[in-house]
Amino acid sequence: MGKLIATRDAFGEVLVELGERYKNLVVLTADLAESTRTNKFASRFPDRFFNMGIAEQNMMGVAAGLASCDKIVVASSFAIFSTGRAWEQVRYSICHSYLNVKVVATHGGISVGEDGSSHQATEDLSLMRPLPGMRVVVPADATETKLAIRAAVETDGPFYIRLGRPKIPVIFEDSCPFQLGKGYRLTEGEDVAIFACGVMLYQALEAEKNLRREGVKAQVINMSTIKPIDTQIIIEAAKATGAVVTAEEHQVTGGLGSAVSEVLAENFPVPLERVGIKDRFGESGTPEELFKKYGLTARDIEEAAKKVLRRKG
Amino acid sequence: MDKITSLKIRANQLRQDVIEMTAEAGSGHPGGSLSAADIVACLYFEVLRHNPKNPKWPDRDRFVLSKGHACPVLYSALARSGYFPVEELRTLRKIGSRLQGHPDNRKTPGVEICSGSLGQGISAAVGMALAGKIDKKSFRVYVLIGDGEIEEGQVWEAAMSASHYKLDNLCAILDYNGLQIDGPIRKVMSPEPIKEKWLSFGWHTVEIDGHNIPEILDAFSQAKQVKGKPTIIIAHTTKGKGVSFMENVVEFHGKAPAKEEAKKALEELREEVRQWEN
Repeated sequence: MGKLIATRDAFGEVLVELGERYKNLVVLTADLAESTRTNKFASRFPDRFFNMGIAEQNMMGVAAGLASCDKIVVASSFAIFSTGRAWEQVRYSICHSYLNVKVVATHGGISVGEDGSSHQATEDLSLMRPLPGMRVVVPADATETKLAIRAAVETDGPFYIRLGRPKIPVIFEDSCPFQLGKGYRLTEGEDVAIFACGVMLYQALEAEKNLRREGVKAQVINMSTIKPIDTQIIIEAAKATGAVVTAEEHQVTGGLGSAVSEVLAENFPVPLERVGIKDRFGESGTPEELFKKYGLTARDIEEAAKKVLRRKG
Repeated sequence: MDKITSLKIRANQLRQDVIEMTAEAGSGHPGGSLSAADIVACLYFEVLRHNPKNPKWPDRDRFVLSKGHACPVLYSALARSGYFPVEELRTLRKIGSRLQGHPDNRKTPGVEICSGSLGQGISAAVGMALAGKIDKKSFRVYVLIGDGEIEEGQVWEAAMSASHYKLDNLCAILDYNGLQIDGPIRKVMSPEPIKEKWLSFGWHTVEIDGHNIPEILDAFSQAKQVKGKPTIIIAHTTKGKGVSFMENVVEFHGKAPAKEEAKKALEELREEVRQWEN
């Protein structure tokens, strides 16, 4: 395993770079400047940083108002509060008005850990995905995070970008082929296709190695953009392998698994298994313990792959 | 004609439009549109620095109708200012119309932002005022809120943030007509004491008769003088104002006048103008 960097740390760094380049970039947080790493932007650009206090609904509305006056706005809090507490403000003030607001949430998923279920967003992707005009991105590591944030700031309109709390492996050391709206293949294989996003991409790559040792060749595809979903790569992979696995640190309903299922059902149905949280809330524990308990390890992906292969027949 | 009478006639015209539009649509919110007509007339025809030929002029004053259900009066003011043809008012709430049931910036020229999911407009107005401060612009931001609307928690989050950031370029107007859909605000969920609440949130408050044009204009000029804090004009109004049988009738919050009622209402309003003109 190489370097470990939290995606929120990459976010904090790239935000300062972007602040230099875009003088109309304004950043808001809701009493979480340190946790979201927006404090780096705050100390570099105090005149363009506003702490909105523990009031996420107002923060999203203020973000919309700023954006209506030609600001690029990054509004950052924990994933559960950004998407849950302030959902209707994101829907109406931001998406319906189609304003240039980037909701960048940290602390997505159960890897929040010890704080427990109240602070673990496992439904955020399904809350953001149906909003018209919203783009939803879940970067897989620090390198991809920087590219995704940059793309969001440089693309007009609303975004939801989901980041995590803990340090996670860096997958893309030198270069990353991230392109907004595109999935991309990291390994070649004709037996099964594994679509993953966020921290689960690393687990998927580990699973791929183990499967290969057992003679199963899997193509692993990074689906960091969940909306707009790259239908072409999904259909191609289904045609090439005839068996699909999805993996996400999220409920299996409404997120990546659902998005891939929808594309397959409408275009090229093949057996599919979804790795993710199965209709239950999280709890306190270390991220590693929780990933094991909630079925989010490389081993869970391997088992899903074997199961889908049996179904493929 | 003096300025005050001319604004009274403007407000009367907005009221006539509200009656015609909602009657034609067969739905809508006439009560809270009529209560706000004098305030909206003063804003659009006297106070606001705006350019209907260039709705996106960066230095324009902003107006947000946070109580978005009162959009008939806003659409009328926009049309009468020249943002779009007056004839278009008849398309209110119809399929394909630019005039939606609640304000939509992507459809209607002159509308700043989607509003009418209550509590959201005032936060957006705070954002606009903050943008003005960042850019050291002189534009002002006006936001009209309902008295029922202030039951929404978001309003108080917004109120807190406006005074925290000393947004003296922000002026809220409370359309204090005392009624909400389910009845008198004091019976449904009392937001009283209203003035004390805003004072304690750090706002400058001005209390006026929201149908008295000189008082409205005076309140707006007072607000411009206040430094270091936002202002709220608490405007005592009558729901359904200007039409005898609609005044203080809670049903007309969200019910359009029937054809016969509309005819009678228009007669009353036109008679009022005749009296001023003589």
